[in-house]
Amino acid sequence: MTTRVPVSEWLFRWPSDHPVLLASRCLNCGNHVFPVQDGCPRCTSDASEVVELGSRGTLWTWTVQGFPPKAPPFLGATSPEGFRPFGVGYVELPGQLKIEARLTESDPDKLEIGMEMDLVYDVIGVDEQGNEIVTYAFAPAGQEGQS
Amino acid sequence: MSGVAIIGIGMHAFGRTEGMSGMDQGVVAARRALADAGLRWSDIEFAVGGSMQGPQPDSMVSRLGLTGLPFTNVVNGCATGGTALATAANAIESGRADVAITIGFDKHERGAFRISSDSKGPDWYGGSGLALTTQFFGMKITRYMHQYGISQSTLAKVAEKAFRNGSLNPMAWRRKPLSEQEVLDSAMLSWPLTQYMFCSPGEGGVALILCDAKKATQYTEHPVYLRASVMRTRRYGSFEVLAPSLALEHNDGPTADASRDAYEAAGIGPSDVDVAQLQDTESGAEVMHMAENGFCEHGEQEAMIQAGDTEIGGRLPINTDGGCLANGEPIGASGLRQVCESVLQLRGDAGERQVPGHPQVAYTHVYGAPGISAVTVLTR
Repeated sequence: MTTRVPVSEWLFRWPSDHPVLLASRCLNCGNHVFPVQDGCPRCTSDASEVVELGSRGTLWTWTVQGFPPKAPPFLGATSPEGFRPFGVGYVELPGQLKIEARLTESDPDKLEIGMEMDLVYDVIGVDEQGNEIVTYAFAPAGQEGQS
Repeated sequence: MSGVAIIGIGMHAFGRTEGMSGMDQGVVAARRALADAGLRWSDIEFAVGGSMQGPQPDSMVSRLGLTGLPFTNVVNGCATGGTALATAANAIESGRADVAITIGFDKHERGAFRISSDSKGPDWYGGSGLALTTQFFGMKITRYMHQYGISQSTLAKVAEKAFRNGSLNPMAWRRKPLSEQEVLDSAMLSWPLTQYMFCSPGEGGVALILCDAKKATQYTEHPVYLRASVMRTRRYGSFEVLAPSLALEHNDGPTADASRDAYEAAGIGPSDVDVAQLQDTESGAEVMHMAENGFCEHGEQEAMIQAGDTEIGGRLPINTDGGCLANGEPIGASGLRQVCESVLQLRGDAGERQVPGHPQVAYTHVYGAPGISAVTVLTR
């Protein structure tokens, strides 16, 4: 079986039996920021805690990445045969923030502002050792049909 | 601000110039600006240079002349030109110099900007395929179209206008007119934006010579006055490029803030502006920036653009030199290109693309990563 590795150790819980995103919550004003950082951009406080974000939200806006990003830094396939367009959007997590994410859906006819989305883990590409590189993504609610 | 005049402009053609570095193009622009002002390098008392890609702009004194002048280098993303201009203008207003030069140049590799980020471990953002400015443009206009009813035809008409204007500009990169249908039929890069709706990183150089406004007529019969030069960063709650997360609440972005400050400094309003150069990294940006800079209400762009209001002969001509779409975007030079075009329009020297009716007030605007904007207001 292929080994899976996270694209970063500090964005989401890994390993985990269900996907969980990590963020900073300001101890002064309650503002959330992703990814975890020191310093609150809202109130300028530097006191924060690490919290888990919600895993369901609504699609606030979206696009489709139609051409291969340059590698580096991109970790996915960039050849004309290997590259597959992917959706990108902001998902509004109630009471927390809007998070930017890859979307598992890339068909413009199936993406709509306001639709419900669920957090999933998704594969970006394969590293030099053959490991699958995993990151967080959002899928249309009810369609989290992978890993 | 009314104490600074632009008395010389110079430009190296935008596009791709094999065998010339970005700095070579900056040197050409500087020499042309000096010739336009009737000055020599030894007359310049203060210099500011802007370049994203480098090399360090002040090193060009080895070719322009080792006169010992103070030379400040500026890197401020897409606001590099605006910041360089403001820095030179401040030197004049403070009394430090009577005559100053601002030089911007760049030469970028082909294709979308390669953006690597992050000091904390691996570059997860770029690695995931999210570090692309093109995605932000697609996402911002997708939401805007949803909220305000802008059509894809209007996005295509913006590009059609840019290439038509570019075809009238000998300094432009893309000088072949394209029809609305050709724009719509080109490759879909980042929904809903197609290939010809996007500008490309490119090459070019621009230089401006500034002086104390009281002395401007000693140098030229047609000075242009810099009434405002403002740069702003983003506030909490704005929707910006390259942002892994956004706030739930919404505030105006840096464009609206810089614009308001600039109108206040200049003592004029948007209805006084006769010709505007607005950041058009892609078609959607020009549409949204029309409202963010105060030229219309959100959503009014649809009717305005369909009616031709932003054409050279229209009510408010926008991006008369073809904008970033037809000129490409060498970051250090791009904001100064807008000022250069404004000076040509105000002098009445814009040739085939001259706005009729003797424009009196010109406006320029840039926007860029990670959420910055620079605006200038210029008058005859």
